[in-house]
Amino acid sequence: MPKKGKVEIKESWCKGCEICATFCPKKILGLRNDGKMEVKDPENCIACNQCVLRCPDYAIKVEVIENND
Amino acid sequence: MEMEKYFRVDKLPHIWCPGCGHGSVMMSIVKGIDKMGWDPEKVTVVSGIGCSSRAPGYMNFNTLHTVHGRPIAFATGIKLANPELHVIVITGDGDGAAIGGNHLIHACRRNIGINVVLFNNQIYGMTSGQYSPMTPEGSMATTSPYGNIEPPFDLCELTRSAGANFVARGTVYHLPKLDSYIEKAFGKEGFSYVEAISQCPTYYGRRNKMKTPLEMLEWQKKNSIDIKKARDLDSEQLKGKIITGIFAERDDEEYTARYDQLIKSVQGGKE
Amino acid sequence: MTERVKLMQGNEACVEGALDAGVLFYAGYPITPSSEIAEEFAAKLPKVGGKFIQMEDEIASMGAVVGASLAGKKAVTATSGPGFSLKQEIIGFANMIEAPCVIMNVQRAGPSTGLPTSPAQGDVMQARWGTHGDHPALVLCPNSVTDAYLLSFQAVNWAERFRTPVILLLDETIGHLRERVILPRKDEMVITNRKQPHGAPGSFQPYDITDEDLIPPLPPYGGGYRFHTTGLYHDETGFPSNRPEVTSRLLNRLHEKIDKYKETLFLYETYGLRQANQLIISYGASARSAKAAWRIAREKGLLVGLLILKTIWPFPEEIVAQAGHDKNNIVVAEMNRGQLIGEVERVMDKRIPIRGAQRADGVLITPEQILAKLEGVN
Repeated sequence: MPKKGKVEIKESWCKGCEICATFCPKKILGLRNDGKMEVKDPENCIACNQCVLRCPDYAIKVEVIENND
Repeated sequence: MEMEKYFRVDKLPHIWCPGCGHGSVMMSIVKGIDKMGWDPEKVTVVSGIGCSSRAPGYMNFNTLHTVHGRPIAFATGIKLANPELHVIVITGDGDGAAIGGNHLIHACRRNIGINVVLFNNQIYGMTSGQYSPMTPEGSMATTSPYGNIEPPFDLCELTRSAGANFVARGTVYHLPKLDSYIEKAFGKEGFSYVEAISQCPTYYGRRNKMKTPLEMLEWQKKNSIDIKKARDLDSEQLKGKIITGIFAERDDEEYTARYDQLIKSVQGGKE
Repeated sequence: MTERVKLMQGNEACVEGALDAGVLFYAGYPITPSSEIAEEFAAKLPKVGGKFIQMEDEIASMGAVVGASLAGKKAVTATSGPGFSLKQEIIGFANMIEAPCVIMNVQRAGPSTGLPTSPAQGDVMQARWGTHGDHPALVLCPNSVTDAYLLSFQAVNWAERFRTPVILLLDETIGHLRERVILPRKDEMVITNRKQPHGAPGSFQPYDITDEDLIPPLPPYGGGYRFHTTGLYHDETGFPSNRPEVTSRLLNRLHEKIDKYKETLFLYETYGLRQANQLIISYGASARSAKAAWRIAREKGLLVGLLILKTIWPFPEEIVAQAGHDKNNIVVAEMNRGQLIGEVERVMDKRIPIRGAQRADGVLITPEQILAKLEGVN
């Protein structure tokens, strides 16, 4: 079973630059109308942490919710 | 890594524009400090003036936001007055390569134990987009409305020649590598210089056909070339390229250690 | 211990005074006529475990001094006109962040490169207003080698006590003068150290003013109190603020912390003030000629008094007004085209004539020049 993750976006820190969305291999992140990022497809997060690494505003946390390695 | 241990989280979000790379470089520095296991009480972060120089305000150490171009001078006083401190300088391409260039080369020459991280976004961001000594040739800026005719400085070559113990250049795009350079720099006694190519979508990108942060990161990816590969290319082939990697790695004796020896010998001579 | 009798040069005395006050750091750049100060520090600091560094330029020296001060060391730099100009921005920074430090300016004739080895007092107003913004200034002017020692000691003490840059304004004559000095016993010299915080580090606010003296404590880097410092206007937390009530509170306090104690800061000498209807006011090397002029005038039977200022900034308004209010002629002797005379004019009754005995050609002002401005000298 692959890893699964739960993405949490701290909206007050997010500036909506979309860097996270670009680096997300599963393309589960998107820009909302209000200029903040949102998780459009939470089921498909694989907890790779690319978004955490890439967010220049430290606005993203990923919790590993399933790890059967 | 615990955010609260190293950041003043109540000061966040930081002032940098959406998509600015400086947040990534600041995190890279903090990760380096964490990897070194340094006591935050013994870490002093000094900056000059400009976008990059706002970083220390967010970092939970002894932090000093000085005047334009002179953070290395202040840092020299701090390190010499108390060599136990880990002294990091955060500067930019205006602060470090233009007004502060002289201090940079002399700190290299002394090989004093200061870790300089230069956030190179190729533009004066704080003053809204004038060309800097590290703006690529041909770039548009508010003060080069017809394209920049000045060649950019290669501070990695300069600091290597001037005697720094460690010199490297990384990019925000190749973030894990940048992390490793900063960690290596922090592990060195003596002077280190790490240049982090960062992106300024607001004042550089928009004027230079890279409207989004992503296009700027793409530019970093496309134009970067490893120093080992770069050795086989001539200057014409390297024009406009970002040479990344480790430029210098040596273990020459650090300045304050030499000064402590001087004190010992002077005081010993009195007996 | 006994009094210390020595033959000493003014520049050397500045170094002795600073070392006795506990200075452990010097950063500078060679410049005539101040270089002996750097040379003496270079020789003596390592002996007491202190550090000397010759920086790449004048600006860097000033930066290193402020850095060392924040790291907990008493720190000094020395320079002359061109270097003093270059240091101004960081002197203002030290003012703003309240970093104790001493800047010794051995004046030479300017403007520009001017006359590197000739005396002048052309930097009086620069010492007051050289850096931009509406800042306070604390400036001391020695007129002898003994004074150079004592005022250097005092400058370091006051820098530490008031958390401010203090300028020791010498001139080439006093800097290079060699004379016999009788210095007080070392154990008679009372050293002041900057205030330290007592509370828990977690709640420490670097610019929180709780003491009556309006001066915040300053812990050294590495001492367990982490804090942020910036040259931007800042609140009690040390972080930037542009709220008008914060900016005015900070700027006012920077002035008030010195104004509040200004009566204790005025150092001066007076000679024959009471039985006098004329007054000579002078400072620095000019005061030596002024004293000779005063003596000659007295010998001629003229009723002349002499006021020698050692603290020139803040300007000792009441002392000058008090000394001059009952005189019918005031002569201000200085080696410039008239700088401190403006301050004297400002504080004196407009009916009293005020004359300048001035010289700005790189030659020490003579007693005769000063005498010529007195009434009744033929």
